[in-house]
Amino acid sequence: MTTTETRFTRSDFQSNQEVKWCPGCGDYTILASVQTFLASLDVDREKHVFISGIGCSSRFPYYMNTYGMHSIHGRAPAIATGVALANPELTVWVITGDGDGLSIGGNHIIHALRRNVNLNVLLFNNQIYGLTKGQYSPTSEAGKKTKTSPLGSLDHPFNPVSLALGAEATFVARTIDMDRTHSTQMLQAAYEHHGTSFVEIYQNCNVFNDKAFQILTGRQERDANRIYLKEGEPIVFGKEDEMGVVVGVEGAQIVRVEDVGIEAIAVHDPARPNPGVAFALSRLAHGPSGPTPIGIFRRIQRSSYGDLLVSQIDDAKARNSSASISDLVQQHGTWTVE
Amino acid sequence: MQEETLSPPKPPEKLDRVVIRFAGDSGDGMQLAGTRFMESSAAFGNDLATFPDYPAEIRAPQGTLAGVSSFQVHIADWDILTHGDEADVLVAMNPAALKANLREVVAGGLILANEDAFDDRNLEKAGYESNPLTDDSLSNYHVMTAPMEKLTKLAVAGTGVKGRSVLRSKNFFALGLISWMFNRPTESVYGWIEEKFGADTPVGQANVEAFRAGFNFGNTTEEFHHTFEVAPAKLPAGTYTNITGNQALAWGLVAAAKSAGLTLFLGSYPITPATSILEEVARLKHFGAKTFQAEDEIAGVGVSLGAAFAGHLAVTTTSGPGVALKSETLSLALMTELPLILVDVQRAGPSTGLPTKVEQSDLMMALYGRHGEAPLPVLAAASPSDAFEVAMEAARIALTYMTPVILLSDGYLANGAEPWRLPDFDDLPSIDITHTTKPNGPDGVFYPYARDEVTGARPWAVPGTPGLEHRIGGLEKAALTGNVSHDPDNHEMMTAARAAKVAGIANDIPEVEVFGPEEAKVLVVSWGSTFGGVRAGVKNATTAGYPAAHVHLRYLNPLPRNLGDVLARYDKVLIPELNLGQLAMVLRAKFLVPAITLSKVQGAPFMANDVTDKIIELLEDKS
Repeated sequence: MTTTETRFTRSDFQSNQEVKWCPGCGDYTILASVQTFLASLDVDREKHVFISGIGCSSRFPYYMNTYGMHSIHGRAPAIATGVALANPELTVWVITGDGDGLSIGGNHIIHALRRNVNLNVLLFNNQIYGLTKGQYSPTSEAGKKTKTSPLGSLDHPFNPVSLALGAEATFVARTIDMDRTHSTQMLQAAYEHHGTSFVEIYQNCNVFNDKAFQILTGRQERDANRIYLKEGEPIVFGKEDEMGVVVGVEGAQIVRVEDVGIEAIAVHDPARPNPGVAFALSRLAHGPSGPTPIGIFRRIQRSSYGDLLVSQIDDAKARNSSASISDLVQQHGTWTVE
Repeated sequence: MQEETLSPPKPPEKLDRVVIRFAGDSGDGMQLAGTRFMESSAAFGNDLATFPDYPAEIRAPQGTLAGVSSFQVHIADWDILTHGDEADVLVAMNPAALKANLREVVAGGLILANEDAFDDRNLEKAGYESNPLTDDSLSNYHVMTAPMEKLTKLAVAGTGVKGRSVLRSKNFFALGLISWMFNRPTESVYGWIEEKFGADTPVGQANVEAFRAGFNFGNTTEEFHHTFEVAPAKLPAGTYTNITGNQALAWGLVAAAKSAGLTLFLGSYPITPATSILEEVARLKHFGAKTFQAEDEIAGVGVSLGAAFAGHLAVTTTSGPGVALKSETLSLALMTELPLILVDVQRAGPSTGLPTKVEQSDLMMALYGRHGEAPLPVLAAASPSDAFEVAMEAARIALTYMTPVILLSDGYLANGAEPWRLPDFDDLPSIDITHTTKPNGPDGVFYPYARDEVTGARPWAVPGTPGLEHRIGGLEKAALTGNVSHDPDNHEMMTAARAAKVAGIANDIPEVEVFGPEEAKVLVVSWGSTFGGVRAGVKNATTAGYPAAHVHLRYLNPLPRNLGDVLARYDKVLIPELNLGQLAMVLRAKFLVPAITLSKVQGAPFMANDVTDKIIELLEDKS
């Protein structure tokens, strides 16, 4: 790990509130990763704002010794947009979940992404409603039996990465709660990206949906199923990197490297202007039922909404230096009664 | 010309007031004609009030009753209060316009009809079995006709305008004719056409020629040798501008932000009849105002709440359906005790209702339409120009008391215009507000929910301020620390504290003033846009020997502290409302007065006569 001296330790970012998630919840790991990551930055606490919606993950801001708001189910991206536009100096984090962000708040997520508001959206995906004690969510697999779907869910699930790519996102990544090294890299990249950074975090709910990501986290299974996306490198995976991904008109497909030759394996480039390849990669796994890419799918530069707003206001001020109501009324037309 | 409508030439007739209604198809440009007539009357110095009335559809089927759009202008040589109960002059561009508006034309009034449009097809579409211009059914009116389409075609020939566009200028023909008839100055119309279309463009020239043709038609045609003069009004000295309620509201919000030294942030979603507030503020970016057209109503208030958290003067504008969608966020604003203004430009509901028509039926929703115990200050604007002051007052209350505030306007104020005597903009009341920068507890501790002793407001520490990091949210807050608390006693105490804070605003707003004679036995209580009609009705009743008093409420919550005493002084309390009696229900409950409701829910404002008649009825009823 890094040995650079920083001004902060993790405890600087811990609030005095008792953390109340269920023992063993993946949220603890993510909280530790975020606090540790923020401590590694040379950024004062007051510059960070955490805005959340409703759900287990949305209690997150209460545990951060920063500014924060635990808001309304689904509405965090809208409220965070207001914070970010009001003060571009702030680093604004949105903490949301699969129900909060993709069901009740789906509209706000997609519009934040297309506008490219300067936000870091961390979507904790546990594929279940936890706070209301175990109903299927918009990322639960079809057929899932829960208390509200005793005969199996009829819903076809969202693939959050595909959704974000379709919503014109400029930064889309996926990571896993238990993989702290990788998730810290993703937090770093999201933080550095200007615009909306969307990070899906596979998070285990050990009470209502335990082991949903077993094939990615289990010792026996994970090497065969984690496809790490690394910029500039061929997309290979497996214990001996014996497996790889090719991308063609049929989309992305998993092959044995020896069958096609390493030169046929797709080289990962998240900066491609066209999101087509990133989308193809996102379709490799519709939920972690087999080999699943994790890492940065897409990272492109596009002006953030906040920057555009500031420059529009600056331009307007430059064009019309008079900001007096009197002048406004004069332009509107007046007459005088003696 | 119809022979039976010929009138002998007469000298100009002097009138102290006249009400003119331009009516036609929604594509006929009647809003434009009315607005231009209003502007030239304002330039001439008349007092005026207007009532634009248009269908919800942008282009309803041509020639049908559903597609009729109208614009009424009341001009006078004295200080008037309303857009006029009945029209003295109706400009009817087609049979549907005549049919839809006839019942609001005064008996003996003038009907100026575009005879070209009274063909079999249009008569049938409007449901006429015979032509009213020729079948004597209008014998109670003075009917004049002009072949407006034929003459417009002739007038614009040579301007380069072709095809269907030719007849677009017929509204200017009608405007020219009416302008001649009422001796209006023409410069402002020509100036406006030039500015809008350019002097040399085919459309600009066509409109000029059509206007001129209409004006000259009046001048040279024997039938129209009857002109009128309405002298300039003796308005109080000062500088005036014509303003609609939405415009005044937008400017008031900008002024409030300036007075408070804050950035204005407006997050809204387009909705009739509130949209033009967002449009107006959007063009005021040089004031530093930030506008955000959100993806939906909920996001509109959400971004605003975020901006409020971060220290801006945050506003969201909407109409009834939007208020319903925003109510959850209003409750969060109340729980987090952040300043936020929600403007509800009311329209006739429920549901989509009559989206372009006026109603005051959101009062209960504004007062009580939230989950939990969630009292908020509620204010209402009385007239287009009053909206400026009320916007500033809403901001003062929101910022001083750290609370969301609901400001009620409505479709009548939104689009209606009146002359506004300009205040001294350099001397507007300042709004003293500071973002907290220092800890307020022992040992550098910051208590986000410590309350000001006088106002009950909590401190406003915005993100980015060192040392004051804190978390707020929708879960119940512990007093002082603002930490999550499930303690039952704390919840009861905080519920009471939030209510007491809002109730305490009564000590910071003016008492109501009673208008009217001492001997009045009836008190009329109104709120919102009905001010003009109700005040005129009260005056008329008093003049007619039925003395009545009038109280108009700007503050609906909390109510002015002397209101109960005032109500108790009268034998009868009459409450005219454009709803089924919502304020009456509140006043009955709070003050145990047997208030009587005068209700109107026709998507139209009160006429002064509605109120006068009811006052007379109450005073003649000795029971």
